[in-house]
Amino acid sequence: MSEDTLAVRSEYDIITVRSFGRNVAASLGFGVVDQCRITTAISELARNAVVYGGGGSVTIRTISNEKKGLEIICRDKGPGIADLELALRGGYSTVGGLGIGLSGSKRLMDEFQISSSAGKGTVVTVRKWLR
Amino acid sequence: MEIPLLKIEDFLVVSLQTELSDREIVELREEILDKIKKTGARGLIVDITALKLIDSFMAKSLSSIADTATLLGAKTVVVGMQPAVALTLVELGLRIKWKIHTALNLERGINLLRKALRSETEAL
Repeated sequence: MSEDTLAVRSEYDIITVRSFGRNVAASLGFGVVDQCRITTAISELARNAVVYGGGGSVTIRTISNEKKGLEIICRDKGPGIADLELALRGGYSTVGGLGIGLSGSKRLMDEFQISSSAGKGTVVTVRKWLR
Repeated sequence: MEIPLLKIEDFLVVSLQTELSDREIVELREEILDKIKKTGARGLIVDITALKLIDSFMAKSLSSIADTATLLGAKTVVVGMQPAVALTLVELGLRIKWKIHTALNLERGINLLRKALRSETEAL
């Protein structure tokens, strides 16, 4: 089992953290398509943390219980998401993005949890299971 | 970051070899537009064979490069998308908003542009 937390403060950190995630996913045995899904989800979540949350961190953890997989937790201490339902519906963005980061990450991964509170920040947890 | 912009026939070819930061993509767009203006290229080919990932920002940027290049008179084709990247982009939910011409590889991209330019010339 491994667990690493990387800070994401700038757009360059987004590249670093997704490359790191790809290596972990590959070493766990994820195939090329799943590696692509995982790294894309990391990229979307990390960018949200940088753009909306003013920076945060991404934790990448391998899970090896009866089920094997990868867990990614993205935290920021930004303003939080006022309307979670709207943000998850897709196509909505407050900064001129495509508005598919959250909804897309949810589709790319097997499990998706989000908690956000006004003024305190946002925590998104996603998991992908090895099949 | 130096990204070579090559000219083949009437077309400008940009091959993305490494993952670019958000800022580098924005800079690249400006360089491409500048080069189209200088060379009078009638087509733009963006080769993404080496890219192992396209997230929503990159997708939006490619779309914007294609839109602006088209406004300058250079038809744009994105070539070489990896199957895993294509699958991921569709799952991400992009297909509705992304209206970019694509081709399997550089050769087909060039053929597509040649054809488009030929039918344009005939129509005149």
